[in-house]
Amino acid sequence: MSVFNQSRKNVILLVFTGMFVVIFLQLINLQIFSSKYKVDADNQGTFRKVIYPDRGIVFDRKGRSILQNTVIYDLMVIPGKIKDTDTATLCNILDIDLTEFNKRIISAIIKNKSYRASIFESMLSNEKMAKLNENLYKLAPGYFMQERSVRDYPYDAGGNIFGYLGEVDSNILKNPIYEGYVMGDYIGRTGLEKTYEKVLMGQRGIEFLLRDNKNRITGQLEDGKFDTAAIAGKNMYTSIDIELQALGEKLMQNKLGSIVAVDPKTGGIIAMISSPTYQPKLLTGAERKKHYAALLLSPARPLFNRSVSASYSPGSTFKTLQALVGLHEKVITTSFTVSCSGAFYGCGSGKPMRCLDFGTFDLRNAIRMSDNTYFATVMQRVITNPKYPSQDSSLAVWDRYMYAFGLGHRLGIDVPSERPGNIPTPKDFNKIYGKGAWNYCNFRSVSIGQGEVSTTPIQTANEMAYIANKGWYIIPHLVDSIEEGDKFNLLSKYKEKHSAMDIPDSIFDVVQGGMQDVVDKGTGAGAKVPGIVICGKTGTVENYYRGIKQPNHAFFCGFAPRDNPKIAIMCVVENSGRFGGTYAAPIVGLMIEKYLNDTIAKSREAIVEKFTKLNLIPPRIYSEMKSVDSLLHKKDSAYLIAKGYIKLIREGIEMDVTDEQEILDQIKKEKENVKKKQQQKQNSDSKLKVKPEAILSTEKKKPELKDSIR
Amino acid sequence: MYSKNLTISKGIDWPMVWLYAFIVIFGIICIYSVEYKTTDNFIQTLVGFKKNYSKQLFFFAACAVLAIFILLTDSKLFTATSNISYLIGILLILATFIVGKEIKGSKSWIPLGFMNLQPVELCKIFTALALSKYLSMPETDFKKPKSQIIAAAISFAPSVLSILQGETGLALVYFSFLIPMYREGLPPGYLIAGASMAVLLVVSLLFEAKTLLIAFTIIAILFFYFNRRRIKRNKQILLIIVVVWSFSSIFVGAIVPYTFKNVFKQYQADRIFSMVGVDNPFADEIISDMSVAEEQKIKQKKTEQQNYNVKQSKIAIGSGGFFGKGFLKGTQTRGDFVPEQHTDFIFTSVGENFGFLGSGLLMFLYLIFLLRIIRIAERQRSTFSRVYAYSVAGIMFFHVAVNICVTIGLAPVIGITLPLMSYGGSSLLTFTILIFVLIKLDADRQMVLR
Repeated sequence: MSVFNQSRKNVILLVFTGMFVVIFLQLINLQIFSSKYKVDADNQGTFRKVIYPDRGIVFDRKGRSILQNTVIYDLMVIPGKIKDTDTATLCNILDIDLTEFNKRIISAIIKNKSYRASIFESMLSNEKMAKLNENLYKLAPGYFMQERSVRDYPYDAGGNIFGYLGEVDSNILKNPIYEGYVMGDYIGRTGLEKTYEKVLMGQRGIEFLLRDNKNRITGQLEDGKFDTAAIAGKNMYTSIDIELQALGEKLMQNKLGSIVAVDPKTGGIIAMISSPTYQPKLLTGAERKKHYAALLLSPARPLFNRSVSASYSPGSTFKTLQALVGLHEKVITTSFTVSCSGAFYGCGSGKPMRCLDFGTFDLRNAIRMSDNTYFATVMQRVITNPKYPSQDSSLAVWDRYMYAFGLGHRLGIDVPSERPGNIPTPKDFNKIYGKGAWNYCNFRSVSIGQGEVSTTPIQTANEMAYIANKGWYIIPHLVDSIEEGDKFNLLSKYKEKHSAMDIPDSIFDVVQGGMQDVVDKGTGAGAKVPGIVICGKTGTVENYYRGIKQPNHAFFCGFAPRDNPKIAIMCVVENSGRFGGTYAAPIVGLMIEKYLNDTIAKSREAIVEKFTKLNLIPPRIYSEMKSVDSLLHKKDSAYLIAKGYIKLIREGIEMDVTDEQEILDQIKKEKENVKKKQQQKQNSDSKLKVKPEAILSTEKKKPELKDSIR
Repeated sequence: MYSKNLTISKGIDWPMVWLYAFIVIFGIICIYSVEYKTTDNFIQTLVGFKKNYSKQLFFFAACAVLAIFILLTDSKLFTATSNISYLIGILLILATFIVGKEIKGSKSWIPLGFMNLQPVELCKIFTALALSKYLSMPETDFKKPKSQIIAAAISFAPSVLSILQGETGLALVYFSFLIPMYREGLPPGYLIAGASMAVLLVVSLLFEAKTLLIAFTIIAILFFYFNRRRIKRNKQILLIIVVVWSFSSIFVGAIVPYTFKNVFKQYQADRIFSMVGVDNPFADEIISDMSVAEEQKIKQKKTEQQNYNVKQSKIAIGSGGFFGKGFLKGTQTRGDFVPEQHTDFIFTSVGENFGFLGSGLLMFLYLIFLLRIIRIAERQRSTFSRVYAYSVAGIMFFHVAVNICVTIGLAPVIGITLPLMSYGGSSLLTFTILIFVLIKLDADRQMVLR
């Protein structure tokens, strides 16, 4: 019987072999061709733990540590192990009630399951920490402390310089520069922390750990064969004088504005105050987000680094540069005089430009008394210089000077969000007034630092350094050197001198003489410091907020000592009213005294007190503050942050982060385009509206150019 | 001593023994890798018998002793006792209904103190022997339907009892006895009909009855159209078409819905549907009270658990790559990601630690093993030995194929062990007996057994 069925053996063999072939094929598919499973296995089976190195320490010019690290502790909880612990004690120490306790435990379980550790309270205060340490035996093993490194500011000053750390978000991840960061890492969001992120961050270490099915760590992957150790961030030495910085912040209390002091020889920034400022430690620690929202929403805009991001009309401080141009272009001589009979009538009698003092001025005195008519005449001669074939070309020559002085473009300083300011070009004028349809009269306001021109405080300070050095400057910067060398080549541009225009020393001597007179016997007498020869220039800047005229900004800039300049400084007090000599000059005087003498004379301490107490914040800020306060009470911080962003974007105000800055710029441009279109429509209605007086027209048309602070 | 050894080893098929020993030891190594913790002290765990691998080592020693005993017995013992042993096997299964212990959801275990015995597992041996005995009887004419029915009854009786106990995985193993029956002359028509029925069943689970009825009708009309000339000559073809069509329609339209609604319990229906990857369409109509709903929830959880098992199993095997991660270096094995990894999913540790090289080699060894058994089967003079050998081949094949297919995601989760590799005394014991009885019978192949 069986013999007949022997062929069936082959069928069975075929079935067996066929099945195994199928299995082989699937094994090849799974193990050789699918990479998906390897990824899945790595994701669930191994854990890539990032070891964060300590960030680098920042020192000031005297070697004092001004930005360092400190350890704070988080209280961690493993919800699965808290059964027998003393909940009441814990609630007492942390000052929470049982509902809050339950809420936290539940959210911990939701986030990390009950067998893994979650943060119960982050960044404990010293007091809570001490109490918890005493009672930790009652709380173990469910609770334990975990240390974490945060930034520490020993002098509690310089928030706008250092910037702050923030969590990495999706916007940052899109940027290829920040490859290797993951969501939730801390990264420098602005200030030095951002510019020198690569230096300060150091190199993160990676530990590969094994993880089990319940997400618990069971050991190292192959005994740490693939691990890399963390390398601490490099320390940096800056040109900051932290005591001067603190003094500046103190003097600028209750004022809006900025002080920038630069060492003219090195370009190193000695102090950079933006007021109002904030306590830098507010943006570390547990309440970071809440504080951030409040700061972001404040109408005084403390997060806005005015020193580099605010562009103001330079006002009369601009006249010193006009003197340089005029002399070097030989359109005037040192003995050239202009007499002011009350106003500048060179452009007809429509709306003449008043001068402050009547009389006849030569250059030195024109600087001393800040005579408008004189500099309007200088500008007239520059623009109508017969040396050049056309207005366009002579304006282009003027532009070259301004660029050489460091205006009209970003200097390239080492904190982010620097603004370029504005120097009008022939192209701009042709655009605004029509090609060839403008003349030097449209320039009158520019000559005295109003109108289409705008500069940032850092640019003005740098301009002072240029005059102090008699013809050169080094790009202002904060960091002088980096421990173990400048590996990322961040500092090389801060070593070279910029001296594009070869202006002879004799010209500088005249201008410096005028500036010395300003302080000795002119508009800037308030800056006088006994025993120090200070050269300076006041400025009183008209400005508009949403088309409404505001109290004047007070400006003062200068350098000292004249013969061996060690500090070039500029100060702006927004909307202070009165003149630059009234408010800005004394502040500069005190700053110079402190820096050069290392202390302030006893007799002058009263002035420090006076200015510290002086409140010059315009009333509109207070009224806006009130409306924000009522909002703050209503909503939680997350909402406020969102709201704050929306508000800022709506108003088209610059943010303190470059990425966002660019987005906002775009929005602004679009807005302007819409405006232009509307204007073009109006053009067809009446041509008269397009060509009003220079000062008024520009102010109405482009308030942003005049002043970005509203 | 030497001469006695000679008598034992005379005629023994050594390649079989070596394959057997190699796979078992490889299995123990894999179980060790599953349980391995860096903190373990090797000697301590080995002697302590607390760990599965040391227990398996002990089982292996016991099985080796048993194997020697089997080789020392007379082959005639197996033919002589096959009927009575089958009877005892059936009785043991029945006994579980009374003294059974529930492990992993099936009440099919008898606690013996030192180990738990699963009679259905053991009964495979007795059934193989009983089937061999019946088919080798001179008065059996396997061409007659009566003999076929008796053979099927012998094969499937334990299976039916097993299903009643809720142990479906092992019950399915008894289908492997179709292989020796086919070899002995079971008309292929039965297998084809059976296979078609299975296809019909699966199709009826996958699609709605209405769709299928339309499809069947269209197929029937097409058949009629293309065969219309032949039908003119031979009316019988028309009859076949009509009968097949009406049977399929009734099966899909009436029998399947009726069975799922009235015969099966909710969870059973769910499980069957989840095998083909469809939600139970009759579920709504069946849930009548809370307890059933509760039960359904539990069963649903079980399905999710099974999906998780397969996913983890594929991840572990797939992540092994070509060369594997190396012995004791498998992250998935170390992290306990694969449930039941030491028993039914032992193959995943092979896949992860030793990669395609290791798992492919193991598969190759199993194939060699099976082909060797068939070669042995075909060289037997007595029908008894041949049928028995094919039974062993069938059982082995079914276990290996189904187990591996489950781990690599080609089959729904059916809880059966990987022969000789999986942890567990019952399974190792059963396969040891199956294989060594075969080796003994083969050693005595010159003898004609009845």
